[in-house]
Amino acid sequence: MDWGAILSNAIRSGVGPDAIVYALAAIGLNVHFGYTGLLNFGQAGFMAVAAYGLAATVATFGLSFWLALLVGLLATVLLALLLGIPTLRLRADYLAITTIAAAELIRLLLGSVTLKEYFGARDGLQQFASTFYALNPFDGRFHLSLGSVGVNFSRNDTWVVFVGWMLVVVSCLIVWALMRSPWGRVLRSIREDEDAVRSLGKNVFGYKMQALILGGLFGALAGFMVGIKQAAIAPTDFATDTTFFAYTILLLGGAARVLGPVVGSIIFWFLIQFLGGFFTQATRGDNPLMPTWLMTDQQASLVRFIIMGLALMLLMVFRPQGIFGDRREIAIDGR
Amino acid sequence: MRVRNSAILLLLVGSLFALLGFTAAQAETMVPTEHGGLHINGTLRDETDPKTPKPVEGVDVTVSTPEGDPVGEATSDAEGKFSVDVPEAGPYVVEIDDKTLPDGTFLRDKKQLKLTVNVLGFDRSVLFPIGPDNREVTSKFTQSLTLAANGVLFGVILALGALGLNLIYGTTGLTNFAHGELITFGALSTYMFNTHANLPVIPAVVCGVLVSAAFGWVQDKGFWQPLRKRGTGVIAMMIVSIGMSIFLRYSYQYFFGGATFSYTQYVTQKSWTLGPVAMAPKNVMVIIVGTAVLIVVAIVLAKTRLGKATRAVADNPALAASSGINVDRVITLVWVLGTGLAGLSGALLGLRQQIDFQMGFLLLLLVFTAVTLGGLGTIWGAMIGSMIIGLFIELSTLVVPAELKNVGALGILILVLLIRPQGLLGRAQRVG
Repeated sequence: MDWGAILSNAIRSGVGPDAIVYALAAIGLNVHFGYTGLLNFGQAGFMAVAAYGLAATVATFGLSFWLALLVGLLATVLLALLLGIPTLRLRADYLAITTIAAAELIRLLLGSVTLKEYFGARDGLQQFASTFYALNPFDGRFHLSLGSVGVNFSRNDTWVVFVGWMLVVVSCLIVWALMRSPWGRVLRSIREDEDAVRSLGKNVFGYKMQALILGGLFGALAGFMVGIKQAAIAPTDFATDTTFFAYTILLLGGAARVLGPVVGSIIFWFLIQFLGGFFTQATRGDNPLMPTWLMTDQQASLVRFIIMGLALMLLMVFRPQGIFGDRREIAIDGR
Repeated sequence: MRVRNSAILLLLVGSLFALLGFTAAQAETMVPTEHGGLHINGTLRDETDPKTPKPVEGVDVTVSTPEGDPVGEATSDAEGKFSVDVPEAGPYVVEIDDKTLPDGTFLRDKKQLKLTVNVLGFDRSVLFPIGPDNREVTSKFTQSLTLAANGVLFGVILALGALGLNLIYGTTGLTNFAHGELITFGALSTYMFNTHANLPVIPAVVCGVLVSAAFGWVQDKGFWQPLRKRGTGVIAMMIVSIGMSIFLRYSYQYFFGGATFSYTQYVTQKSWTLGPVAMAPKNVMVIIVGTAVLIVVAIVLAKTRLGKATRAVADNPALAASSGINVDRVITLVWVLGTGLAGLSGALLGLRQQIDFQMGFLLLLLVFTAVTLGGLGTIWGAMIGSMIIGLFIELSTLVVPAELKNVGALGILILVLLIRPQGLLGRAQRVG
């Protein structure tokens, strides 16, 4: 068992592009669910709309990358309005069902052969991120090691990771500033007691809509990062499980805490890669550590997701506030 | 039109499976095969007379990368077969040289000289149809009748799942995101009884449903009931159910792999025809059995004391308890009934399509749509909503491409929430 390689990969994953994408997505969900109590199960839809807005503007229509970022953000705002108007007046479970359905609808549309001309069907879109990579100021790969444990990023990945963590920091600062403002306090009070806020003369629907848009925009940043980190996007990047994983991350780190999603994402991706690496090595070779009747090398990559599902259940039952959260601040008591 | 649709459908189903099975397929077949390397191959046949297709010999086929670099070329042999080695998985452009086609032979689609294919770690065959377009064209009316029959079939299967979801929602307030996995559970356990215990399909379905119901009992007694006792809120339970969905789905994949299965019997059947409508006997049986079960359950819930107790618990658990109803027992019973129905839905779905670890998960959103359309928590609403969704999905393929049929159904959901959020049969109470 090569612990050095397992740890190296796990650390790389914990600070790498995946962790950044999911941290941003979970920051968005934190605004929705953590602060406002909106059960948005369609974060993957927001990510998809932004990523495809970016990619299609550049790859399909040949316009500039910077304009494309704007198109992606606008598309997200539009989606938030479209989703919010029918559902924000409804109970939490209705919002959950509608948003999950909308995200799947978007994914099916983007992956359809009918719209292949614009969105590339199952193959998705490529070649839209060259402007981003052309700006890369780093002139070599990133390497940091301690004994047999080391983190390695290629030149391009270093640039992606650098920009990604900058985005995460800025997003956290924005959330921190907004949530200590009077506006943020209204959001929290909506989460605690919507009717009380309404009786104080606040426009609850308007506040919820603003929160939905703001959280969606963080989702859009996550979507941009998905496209940029792999310089390609496909509908499978935005499956329903994407949202579920982001929820797991949010609940792991702690909802309604500024740094909850970030810490959650780092731990989540570290563990996913660690477990993946461990079970892969444990089932590898002629005389594997794990008996083959129990687990084959093909099953090894699935164990981490089984554990993850179990962890989400146990977390929600025994410690719904996650690592950092405050139990009184989680909107889980149902309305 | 019909044929084209089913061709698109086939392609779509194929690509879906390719996608779903991708991880597994990749792991299995990335290893170079014994004869080594990957190939793009195909058979050129003149289908002017569809009953006796004639191989077309001596046609040049070239394969190149999307950037235009040549990869290889081949000429079709006496059987019309050609095969080109490709170095690695990835996209390739396959081009047919129409100048080398024998005189009097032409491609069905004369513009389709190039095909872009994606090779995924295993041999890939391409198809160039040759000969005039002599595919059957059926009238819109016949088509819609056949589609409607299929819609009823799908609607019944959906209704069984939706009724289970609604029963559990109605009594406990839990929107169970793991309900799709309960549907898969029914199909997988029926499959196990069918293949491993060598039971014929019909008793296997019965056993599968019983095991599903038992699974519901275990789930409620061992998990959900303690959670309710702890005072866990419904939103927390909803998220717990997401965890359970992920846990169960990957566990299924762990034990069954990414492959697809079918039962040992009734895989292909000669259709019964009634006027213009043709339907396989198994599908007729599915409709009859499903409808019978739905009606019996609805009558039981409407007429018996048990049904009354269920509705009492749904309305107000505290009041129900104080009037002498054993609330816990009613909820456990509802779980047993709900998972049993979901299991039946999955077992019957296994007759209609291939069985795999995520068949129920893929159905879940349509179940949600049906339930919301009919009215969350209502018995008849679940059935009517499912029937509408089933019919809509099949009939919409008359006007929209088959790949977008689910999009329409999900679109309906959003429209319903705009106009009538409580659903067709839901009570017009405040839902926000």
